Amino acid sequence: MKEKFIKVLIFTSGFITILLFVVIIAYILINGIPVISFEFLFANTLNSGREGGILPMILSSIYILILTAIFSIPIGVGIAIYMTQYCKNILLIKFIRFISRCLASIPSIIYGLFGFTFIVLFLRLGWSIFSASLVLSLMAIPTIFQVSEVTLNNIPLNLIESSLGLGATRLQTIISVIIPIAIPGITTGIILALTRAFSEAAAVMYVVGSTFQIPLSIFDTGRPLPLHLYILASEGISFENAYGTATVLIFIVLFITISTNYFVNRYQRRIKYEIKS
Amino acid sequence: MNEAIVEKGLFLLSIFSILIFLLIIIFIILESFPAFQHIGISNILFGINWAPDNGFYGILPMILGSIIVTVFALLIAIPLSIGCAIYIEEFSQNHIKTLFKPIIQTLAGIPSIVYGFFGLMVLVPISRDFFGGSGFTILVASMVLAIMILPTIISLSQDAINSVPSEYVESSLALGSTHIQTIKNIILPKASLKITTAIILAMGRAIGETLAIIMVAGNVAEIPTSILSPVRTLTSNIALEMGYAIDIHYNSLFATAVVLFSIIMVLMIISNVIEHKWGC
Repeated sequence: MKEKFIKVLIFTSGFITILLFVVIIAYILINGIPVISFEFLFANTLNSGREGGILPMILSSIYILILTAIFSIPIGVGIAIYMTQYCKNILLIKFIRFISRCLASIPSIIYGLFGFTFIVLFLRLGWSIFSASLVLSLMAIPTIFQVSEVTLNNIPLNLIESSLGLGATRLQTIISVIIPIAIPGITTGIILALTRAFSEAAAVMYVVGSTFQIPLSIFDTGRPLPLHLYILASEGISFENAYGTATVLIFIVLFITISTNYFVNRYQRRIKYEIKS
Repeated sequence: MNEAIVEKGLFLLSIFSILIFLLIIIFIILESFPAFQHIGISNILFGINWAPDNGFYGILPMILGSIIVTVFALLIAIPLSIGCAIYIEEFSQNHIKTLFKPIIQTLAGIPSIVYGFFGLMVLVPISRDFFGGSGFTILVASMVLAIMILPTIISLSQDAINSVPSEYVESSLALGSTHIQTIKNIILPKASLKITTAIILAMGRAIGETLAIIMVAGNVAEIPTSILSPVRTLTSNIALEMGYAIDIHYNSLFATAVVLFSIIMVLMIISNVIEHKWGC
């Protein structure tokens, strides 16, 4: 009797959680999909977002995503490689692990404050997509590092030792043995970090400039999609366009997760096959 | 030679991460310093009035606001998400299990602002119809936060449940325990450490959430009296007033950030201690 009750509780909580997300996403999509048209996606913003499209925001978001990837991936993965392959100082490893965990959990608004005072004002880089990408990279690096470190630590030691035993140097082993095996795990970390950077609004609201002209270079001001959604909804500018923007955001996140899952799975199968044969 | 250059380069990168951390702390503290000096630490921490125009800079309402909203969010999210994780890992078929992974990943990736927007359009009107008032309440804010942290706790709890050695589970079942008994006596105690760190992580994220909360919380800087009062959190305080603050007002927002930062640091240290004491 008691068993059955607990079972029912577990099933209900699973059911409620799933239902919750189905309702939320369905609600946004049902209201948002009618708004989306060719014009909405590819026209310039008019009348502070009441009319016209969201092309400037889509471009800002894409610029920011690419720049953040360029800044954060080499640094995050690089630190992870150093920590797992070269560093012998256990204290330093532990310290950096702790620091990166702290950095990963600092609220985004504090990164925003730091970006505003340090990058925009102190370094005089001004409000721009470039400054925003710097701030978001700072946020993304710890996550990329943490996931990469776990992945690199889990690589079978016999593979590494075989490579070293055959006369390959450390660096050669890293490039031709360790990284190819670690790519699926590292990619998961990168996707996690980059979707978070893509979804971020608080950290960039005082750094990116928040204008709505089409950004031509990375040193122009811009307004990424989540920030646009926030401004549309919280200032009550246009709920209709807010639904549209939210829908676009959901589709982009969906696209990123599904496509990377697909490629990672395919790659993983290939790598496994190669190691076996 | 080449090898040495790479090693040195990577070493510098690692030191760079430490420097960034120090830089952030130093900058925030330096900018907050004038506020603490002119207004006084206790006036900031324990002042119950926030009226920058009249020279009142007490952030106690915001500290309480952040804590209350986070606690309620956890009360909603913890049972749901752990239940959901147990359901997925223990009671669902394999093909459903593989389906869940990308779904949870996507949910975790959806910008929190979308959840805030949903709260604004749906939950706030519901709260207004049911309980009267403006509808911008602690209740709605905690629900939005709970929704936001659900995917994080679910996926980390799943990992935790998964990492319980199957010998333990099978021994327990072989000794005649039922599935529920095994979950209660073997799986959950074994996984509890990782689940706790997952909850602390989610807690940090809940305290740090800014814009989604601003959209639904009402943002009145007063000590909340019931679950239906509006609330302003530490993060909202910074985000709402950063745009126009000058002088001491500007510095007092950095003081708010210092308090926020300290709360997060305490959480991090607790989770580190838990992991080192009982983990591995």
